[in-house]
Amino acid sequence: MWRRRPDGRDTRAEEPEAPPRPAEVPALTVDALGRKCPIPIIMLAERINQVPMGAVVAVLADDPAAFTDVPAWCRLKSHEHVASHELPQGGWSIHVRRNY
Amino acid sequence: MAYLDAASTEPLHPAARDALLAAIDAGWADPARLYGTARRAQMLLERARAEVAELIGARADEVSFTSSGTQAVHLGVLGTLAGRRRAGRRLVASAVEHSSVLHAGEVHERDGGEVEIVGVGRTGRVDAEAFAAAVARPGTALACLQTANHEVGTLQPVEDAAEASREAGVPLLVDAAQSAGRLPVPGGWSVLTASAHKWGGPAGVGVLAVRKGVRWRSPLPEDERERRRVPGFENVPAIVAAAAALRARSAEAEAEGRRLAALTGRIRAEVPRLVPDVEVVGDPDLRLPHIVTFSCLYVEGEALLTELDKAGFAVSSGSSCTASTLRPSHVLEAMGVLTHGNVRVSLPRGVSEDDVDRFLAVLPGIVRRIRSSLGVR
Repeated sequence: MWRRRPDGRDTRAEEPEAPPRPAEVPALTVDALGRKCPIPIIMLAERINQVPMGAVVAVLADDPAAFTDVPAWCRLKSHEHVASHELPQGGWSIHVRRNY
Repeated sequence: MAYLDAASTEPLHPAARDALLAAIDAGWADPARLYGTARRAQMLLERARAEVAELIGARADEVSFTSSGTQAVHLGVLGTLAGRRRAGRRLVASAVEHSSVLHAGEVHERDGGEVEIVGVGRTGRVDAEAFAAAVARPGTALACLQTANHEVGTLQPVEDAAEASREAGVPLLVDAAQSAGRLPVPGGWSVLTASAHKWGGPAGVGVLAVRKGVRWRSPLPEDERERRRVPGFENVPAIVAAAAALRARSAEAEAEGRRLAALTGRIRAEVPRLVPDVEVVGDPDLRLPHIVTFSCLYVEGEALLTELDKAGFAVSSGSSCTASTLRPSHVLEAMGVLTHGNVRVSLPRGVSEDDVDRFLAVLPGIVRRIRSSLGVR
């Protein structure tokens, strides 16, 4: 089966990248560990407006679908997928910037 | 029940049914023997082979029948890798190939071989330049590319891949499972695989064609059948029916393809208009006529299939909760599109426009109900 790089970075062809910014501390963490998609996305959609414009939300999720679906949600909803970091216990911390 | 899952399997074509019933009586004997009934079975088998060969653009002696499309791919991939072992141990395949290709690649890796996976863009189409570059790398024994994707319908750049493979002197395996009988088989392949039940033939018949001059060695124990390429007694009646279905289907392909493409085009256009927060995936133009796939935000794929089933619609999904594994479809992952709330609609031959209308009528209410049950406003 098609596999991701073990470092959890998304290696697909992406739109031209914005200039690198220093790593940002998330303003809010949404803990969706143990929850199946689409629940992590629903939790993110419900809570993203709780952070100020331009701030970052971290979604913690271990359903493999979330790794693809959170960035896809950002694209559909015009928010920014900042990065996905692998968690030591499995799963990812997926950082999303509120754009509007 | 409206059957909208032709990409999983196409209902038996009437021409195949007639041929099957006749061949059960006429073609049951062992085609490898020398008495009258056996010679008749052999004659039916060879006539079917010649017919399939002509329709896929091959010579009859290049065509073998397997017990499935999956077996054709396994033998095509592993047999060509075995035959080309001295040329190298690299296998190149796109990220959205059928699982039979990727699983054969895993066997090759366990055997010490190397597999390079070439990515796809957002529409699921392989980057032709990246594919060409991968094929040209030294030590490449085989490249694999599907004619069209089985989950999202996107057509692949097979002609470019064939040219790049020819230049690099690497054989190209083309998996035509999803397009054979619907679109002309592209030229330029070294190994071609297909599956009869996808074009309206019976289950249990696959096609493996190996171009003359391509080195191929069976990865399985020696067997005399099918020019030593496929083990086991041929299912002659099913093969005869498969050839009849391919002939009938190919003759209808242009007119029926146009009709189906208009219907899937309507679904592509209407679903995002009728249902909020939907992403239609796959290439809008370079696509198979009968497949349309979309994903609904905030909806569980399994709930969607269950509700559509209750409403009388048979469709399938690449969402993880509907698969035998807990992983979502590798195709949707590779494309980077939503994997949850996914629905693949694939129209069988002769589907009524009315079924499509009714599907579009019930879908919005079903999605709304599932979303509200999850607390989505």
